[in-house]
Amino acid sequence: MLAKRIIPCLDVRNGRVVKGTKFTDIKDVDDPVILAAYYAQASADELVFYDITASSDERNIFLDIVRKTADTIDIPFTIGGGIRSLEDFDRLMKAGADKVSINSAAVNNPQLIKEAALRYGSQCVVLSMDVKRNLEGKWDVYVKGGRENTGMDALEWAKRGVALGAGEIVLNCIDTDGVKMGYSLDITREISDSVRVPVIASGGAGTMEHFYDVLTEGKADAALSASVFHFKEIDINELKKYLKSKGVEVRI
Amino acid sequence: MIVIVDYGVGNIRNVERAFTKLNMEVVVTRDIERIDQAQAIILPGVGAFRDAISNLKKYDLVECLKRNAAKGTWIVGICLGMQLLYDKSYEDGEYEGLGLLRGEIVKFDDSELKVPHMGWNQLVKRHEDEIGKGLSENDYVYFVHSYYLKNEDADSVIFTSSYGVDVPAIIRKKNMIGMQFHPEKSGEVGVKILSNLKELIV
Repeated sequence: MLAKRIIPCLDVRNGRVVKGTKFTDIKDVDDPVILAAYYAQASADELVFYDITASSDERNIFLDIVRKTADTIDIPFTIGGGIRSLEDFDRLMKAGADKVSINSAAVNNPQLIKEAALRYGSQCVVLSMDVKRNLEGKWDVYVKGGRENTGMDALEWAKRGVALGAGEIVLNCIDTDGVKMGYSLDITREISDSVRVPVIASGGAGTMEHFYDVLTEGKADAALSASVFHFKEIDINELKKYLKSKGVEVRI
Repeated sequence: MIVIVDYGVGNIRNVERAFTKLNMEVVVTRDIERIDQAQAIILPGVGAFRDAISNLKKYDLVECLKRNAAKGTWIVGICLGMQLLYDKSYEDGEYEGLGLLRGEIVKFDDSELKVPHMGWNQLVKRHEDEIGKGLSENDYVYFVHSYYLKNEDADSVIFTSSYGVDVPAIIRKKNMIGMQFHPEKSGEVGVKILSNLKELIV
């Protein structure tokens, strides 16, 4: 059986992990390579790095982190944040990334999905979507870190992205992100039912039950979180044991 | 010396690193003379079948691979590299492969399944073989693929994984080995498989 995946997400700025880390057993928890290695041996199934740097100087530092991470860990990892062009894809894939996720750039230029899928294969192209429920109860796609509503319908955009060649979707719900009250189950399920590629749920994990809910009721193929792992509120091994005891297929 | 064939596709760096970590002498090349001297030839691969086979032709590697397979050199195909060893693929058309092994590469056609088959899946043992030494039924390896091997020679299938159908995960026929998953991305289990491979080769 294919296992459901648990994916820690590391936000990286200027060569350091941000968003808080609470580890007493690692010396330099802000070093993304060290933290990635820790998670890889702590049974994370995959990792995501988000580059939240703005300047071009810092881009080279980030590329160097990608290279070092590829040298260090032997599980897959995805890079997201600030990818605008096929050249960005090129740089990251050559540095050793397994997949690259695009968000705003895909909205601005949907052909980028297609071009990247043709060059690297769909399995390397991840469509990341920030979504928020509107007053009519439907879900809109946001860009620019959740600040700008595109007016696009989330479900339609997911389908279109997959038709263009995206091999996976990361669905981040703005309403639930950081609130730790659980993932948005309905939109996650709706999208997972509507596309034939894996869907990674993101935003809202606070307890182990939240992971269970989104991987079962929410029909997500994987669940991503940052803070509950970084703050050691949830240990990935414990989480997986819990999920397995509840009948969810996980890699232990 | 083992050679990783650089034919312009995929994750060569990660495959190279995995072998280097096992203290194996690895050369990444498309130079035919060097390939002819190899103890083992690794055919990696991420991407589309059509591009892969046309690149192998472009670099005059098809005959080279056939010649080395015939003389008994280890040929190891990883992911798309495994698929290339077979007769034919139906990925976005119909393309001939290297024809070193009998079988065809077809798409997952169960509409209930997500494609690509992406993530960690368990190995199910079909035959005893040195390449599978020390592996247990609970071991997971990392897959990413949308097409799989069908009409296989059942005796050559060492492990399968279940994804709607029984997906051949590791195949072995004499000096030819194929892995549909990515051993270089499969954590400790991947390292174990590559160590078994090292013992076979060296």
